[in-house]
Amino acid sequence: MLRYAIVRGALLIAGLLVSSVLIFLTLRVFPGDVAQLIAGTQASPDQVDALRESLGLNRPLVTQYTDWIGGIFRGDLGTSLLSGASVGEELFLKAQVTIPLGIMALVIALLIAVPFGILAALLRGRRGGTALSVGAQALAAVPVVWAGMMLVVVFSVWLGWLPPQGFPRTGWSTPWRAIQSLLLPALTIGIVEGAMLMRFVRSATLQAAGQDFVRTAAAKGLTRTRALIQHGIPAVGLSIVTVLGLQVAGIIVGSVVIEQLFTLPGVGRMLVADVGTRDLIKVQSELLVLTGFVLIVGFLVDLVHRSIDPRQREAS
Amino acid sequence: MIPRWLRRLWATPTGRFGLVVVALMALTAVVSLAWTPFDPQYSDVRNRWAVPSWPHVLGTDDTGRDILSLIMAGARTTLFVSLGAGVIATVVGIALAALGALTARWLRETIAILVDILIAFPVLIIAMMISSVWGGSLWVVIWAVGIGFGVNIARVTRPELRRVQQSDFVLAGRAAGLTAGQSLARHLLPNVAPVFIVQLSWSMAVAVLAEAGLSYLGFGASVVEPSWGILLADLQRYIGVHPLSVVWPGLAITITVLALNLLGDGLREATDPTIRHRSGPRAPAQTHTPEVVA
Repeated sequence: MLRYAIVRGALLIAGLLVSSVLIFLTLRVFPGDVAQLIAGTQASPDQVDALRESLGLNRPLVTQYTDWIGGIFRGDLGTSLLSGASVGEELFLKAQVTIPLGIMALVIALLIAVPFGILAALLRGRRGGTALSVGAQALAAVPVVWAGMMLVVVFSVWLGWLPPQGFPRTGWSTPWRAIQSLLLPALTIGIVEGAMLMRFVRSATLQAAGQDFVRTAAAKGLTRTRALIQHGIPAVGLSIVTVLGLQVAGIIVGSVVIEQLFTLPGVGRMLVADVGTRDLIKVQSELLVLTGFVLIVGFLVDLVHRSIDPRQREAS
Repeated sequence: MIPRWLRRLWATPTGRFGLVVVALMALTAVVSLAWTPFDPQYSDVRNRWAVPSWPHVLGTDDTGRDILSLIMAGARTTLFVSLGAGVIATVVGIALAALGALTARWLRETIAILVDILIAFPVLIIAMMISSVWGGSLWVVIWAVGIGFGVNIARVTRPELRRVQQSDFVLAGRAAGLTAGQSLARHLLPNVAPVFIVQLSWSMAVAVLAEAGLSYLGFGASVVEPSWGILLADLQRYIGVHPLSVVWPGLAITITVLALNLLGDGLREATDPTIRHRSGPRAPAQTHTPEVVA
């Protein structure tokens, strides 16, 4: 286990390094003259020079890169080119919307995927099972933006239960209103992600049903369904853990689009705005934080999976 | 003579649905070049927000443009983006898989690790990296999906390639004097093609969703290009007053993506020898649209 953790940890560090280099290269090196790009075509050569100087773009690339990474290790994510505000502080503020949104979406996705996935497997070959599978297949094809719009039409326009967009200015000091405004966005991401996860749960359950230990339990007198629920479901839980990393990546991506749709002041909307205004220093740090988050979640998921699966624990 | 895989594909209702709908969408895209019920950009100002009825079958938008015509023209963009992304994903996928399977050990392992790392990059993140430098356009979508899904294809194709590489007929071919390149072209690629084509179908589904999502965010099609994502963004502004009109472009996207996914599933079942028999436990579903963007 320790050996595995070390090897996997080395891969994580390699991943973080490769991503940071890729992001740095794409945003700083490939575009050619970054200062010109940021200043725009209207700027005079003097202005561009001044900008280049103030950004430290005259220094060697390696120095620029190590400065950036060094700053991140010290907790300094840089400052915005446009407002001069600290990127770290802004990210911290926006994360207070995005992280609760992500957690709510994940919970909703699991609440949908696990019971319906198992049910679809149990009812395989019958009308109900087919209907569930077709429904999941269709829902997984729905674009998140459109799912959000449809939920707005139903719950805000027709029923008037929930706000169609926005987040209370008062933030989490009015927790009820904050949760209310995150409910539809979280439901949107949760339903679409849940539909994808449900198909996975279904086939994992079917696979578990074919395993020897489930057949043995059935042979010893349990009904097939009971044998599956008592002995097969833990194995299903295990395989859900393996795709959890993918789910988290899906939720992050979904939140970028959904925060735009519901005008939520979160990390995703901040990133979209910064890409639009070409605040490259900010975008660079934000992208690294997001990919770093995805990579770290993947690492943790692998460790958890390794430590709870008895077969794998012995193998290492 | 109809090939066997096609007959197998046609034998399942889902495979048939996928094939027919994908063909219809492609046809719509081609037809829209020559004919749409109305000019998609023509504003019939006296007929703003017409409800679905003759002659505006799906109604009109805020400036009186015919929604059906806009959707037909949007199919063109969708087809262009998904084909473009498919081509790039193929090139990236084959290149990385071949490098990861057939080269010297150190290079092979390095590429494999690199692919494992790159696979964590969601398509949307790649798209944002590209468009923060070069601005938004349909090419951003094509490159982002192409690279993002190409890595996916490489990961699935590589083990397959290594398996085929060790089979007797490939070894015999090499012994008889085929160069590595000849062996790749004549023996290896044709034998991994089924795995590959399935992935391609799924990558096109991702491309359709990505085009809609990225265009919605403003990183894809420009506002004057016909696009389902742009149409969604346009109609969303009036969602409180005219909720029905938003339904159509979303349905078009959903049906197309569903058809491409089903086509991929059907192709997998039609070409994969391990799931030829319908009884017994099936291979676990692949989460083939993991980092869907839209």
